[in-house]
Amino acid sequence: MSVITQTSPAAAQDAAPEKQWHRPSYWPFVVPALVVVLAIIIFPWLFTIWMSLNEWKVGVPTTFVGLANYLRLPSDPRFIEAVGHTLVYTGLSVLLPLLFGTFAAVVFHQKFAGRGFLRGVFIMPMMATPVAIGLVWTMMFHPQLGVLNYLLSLVGIPPQLWVFHPATVIPSLVLVETWQWTPLVMLIVLGGLAAIPTEPYESAQIDGASFWQVFRFITLPLIMPFLFIAGMIRMIDAVKSFDIIFAITQGGPGSASETINLYLYSVAFAYYDIGYGSAIAVIFFLLIVALAAVMLYFRQRMLWTETGSDA
Amino acid sequence: MVNRNISRRTLLTGTAAAGALSLTGLPARADINWKKYSGTKLEVILAKGPRGDNLQKYIKEFTELSGIQVESEQIPEQQQRQKVVIELTSGRPSFDVVHLSYHVQKRQFEKGGWLADMTPYLKDPTLTPPDLVESDFSAAGLQYARNDKGQMLSLPWSVDYFILYYNKELFQKKGVELPKTLEEMAIAAEKLTDPKEGVYGFVGRGLRNANMAMWTNFYLNYGGEFLDAKGNILSDGPEAIEATKLYQRLLTKSAPPGVAGFNWMESMASFTQGRAAMWIDADGWAPPLEDPAASRVVGKVGYTRVPAGPKGQFSSTYGDGIGIAAASKNKEAAYLLCQWVASKGQGARLLQAGGGVPFRNSIVDDPEVAKGVKTKEWLQSVIDSAKISKLGLPVIIPVAEYRDTVGAALTATLSGADPATELKKAHEQFRPILERSEKA
Repeated sequence: MSVITQTSPAAAQDAAPEKQWHRPSYWPFVVPALVVVLAIIIFPWLFTIWMSLNEWKVGVPTTFVGLANYLRLPSDPRFIEAVGHTLVYTGLSVLLPLLFGTFAAVVFHQKFAGRGFLRGVFIMPMMATPVAIGLVWTMMFHPQLGVLNYLLSLVGIPPQLWVFHPATVIPSLVLVETWQWTPLVMLIVLGGLAAIPTEPYESAQIDGASFWQVFRFITLPLIMPFLFIAGMIRMIDAVKSFDIIFAITQGGPGSASETINLYLYSVAFAYYDIGYGSAIAVIFFLLIVALAAVMLYFRQRMLWTETGSDA
Repeated sequence: MVNRNISRRTLLTGTAAAGALSLTGLPARADINWKKYSGTKLEVILAKGPRGDNLQKYIKEFTELSGIQVESEQIPEQQQRQKVVIELTSGRPSFDVVHLSYHVQKRQFEKGGWLADMTPYLKDPTLTPPDLVESDFSAAGLQYARNDKGQMLSLPWSVDYFILYYNKELFQKKGVELPKTLEEMAIAAEKLTDPKEGVYGFVGRGLRNANMAMWTNFYLNYGGEFLDAKGNILSDGPEAIEATKLYQRLLTKSAPPGVAGFNWMESMASFTQGRAAMWIDADGWAPPLEDPAASRVVGKVGYTRVPAGPKGQFSSTYGDGIGIAAASKNKEAAYLLCQWVASKGQGARLLQAGGGVPFRNSIVDDPEVAKGVKTKEWLQSVIDSAKISKLGLPVIIPVAEYRDTVGAALTATLSGADPATELKKAHEQFRPILERSEKA
């Protein structure tokens, strides 16, 4: 390698016109990666778009219908509801883990006895299989036999219906999601806290800043980039969350917790309406891209004001 | 062990009877040539459950008899349905023999042309024993297995009638009589409900999609029909509204909290814990209810028909069949297996284990077979239900959408929504789906 890098620029300078045929020689090295990307990313996507333009049902010959599948979407109440559920579910399951995760990180950043052990315990939910978690929580949510209502009864709160009532099902699912993913946010934020220099804290201490002021004006701005990363990861995960919802409620009761992903699954694999399902998948993908773009935009803007204020 | 002995005897009696028949009746009739396809290998895909268990448990006997090797796998119902459809669509299924749910898949399989026609095999005495004739299957079974042209595309395997399970002890305690009509049932349920004790009068499926299977019992008994002559869906008419009001009343006034999320499993949990006095569901649950390890109501359970409605008394009926993939290269060998699965011996074992009810009258009505059934009252409820059997879902392609859409409307009524409005909304949503799928 070193020989090549040393000689090739010199050789190119020496005899540029004659040796131009060397240039494309890197192509063969790109081809394998290109083939893989084309085959497993680009092709399925193009094919999904193609399917979404057809009336494509299992067991029936397909016909090209243009945008008809997309035109069905705005008048499909289940889809509209699913979009609403997805946004609420995502919003809550980004915000709550961020909040609790940051709090946990600040706590675990302090030095106290047994910190290492407790940190280990704290991140355990993250390591469990979502479907197993779903089944365990389903049992805990059971209105008659579940442990949650038993605990509530100890402090005199009447039994709740949890995932068995349309009004409480999404918050209950978010509870599970929050329980599982708060540790991830904590880990990311802890990394951020470790990278903060100690000088600003020392000077704040000398100036007599309160704990809250230190957090608000020093810690929070400095860990903001990490929070954004954590938020982005959470957002992408939450928006396409499937396993926990499917294992606990299958979108029910009724369709009160049916997110786009669950509806998409029903359309494609229970109703075998592949064309319409593909159209939903395309819109769903665009929604994720849009949400990610918004997050990135805010992140960029934040960086800009930071450097701007510094300069 | 007892079961096994008795069923073996039944098997022998059956064979002897068949032998006697061939001696006396039709001397020209040839025997089955079991060994003709010896050495063939068959792949079978099954939905997980007692029917699949019954096949796998005794499959060695079939292999000994025929020399045909059978590889079978059981997959949970929902996944099995998906896998089967995807493979059949590909044109090259990995299986020769397929276990199908008629109430969900009949029209879809017919339209896809995925099953081989069994009619000629049924007429071939080298493949079919003389006691296996179409007329031995119940009307519902034939309705399921035959297509529009009258071809038999599968053999009816096991039928599910919906029956009423009730807790005799709770009835006695409150001095309540066994209800004869749905109206009486609702009143009885309210009398039996005692939230302080954690006891409720009624439990049943509230979960979207699954709830349709129970609701149709009410709908049919209120005089409802699913389709008119032109194939339009009718289940938002006055009968449906009345049925839904009953459904709403039962599950909100007399059912455990959270019933909106209950499938049969959660309902059974309530019932086996003695916390529900009545439960309407499929007929296959006698074994767990009478199992001391899993149930607190052993010996206290009554089994009877679904009570009558104002317009009649029907039991919603669903069923499974076993068919041969049209793309299979071993159709004759596969047929030998199918007819063995639907044979009298295998059917008797299924019934005696309480895992299902064969579609064949000669099995259900056989007193010898009945001797091996542990819970006599259960068997009687099944025999009674067979007489009032009516298909529990419309025979259309988009059954899954139908159950989801209308089922969601039913669930919505449990949190207070108006039955008429919800049904209307659901049908407005479903009609274009039905139209699209039937015209395609």
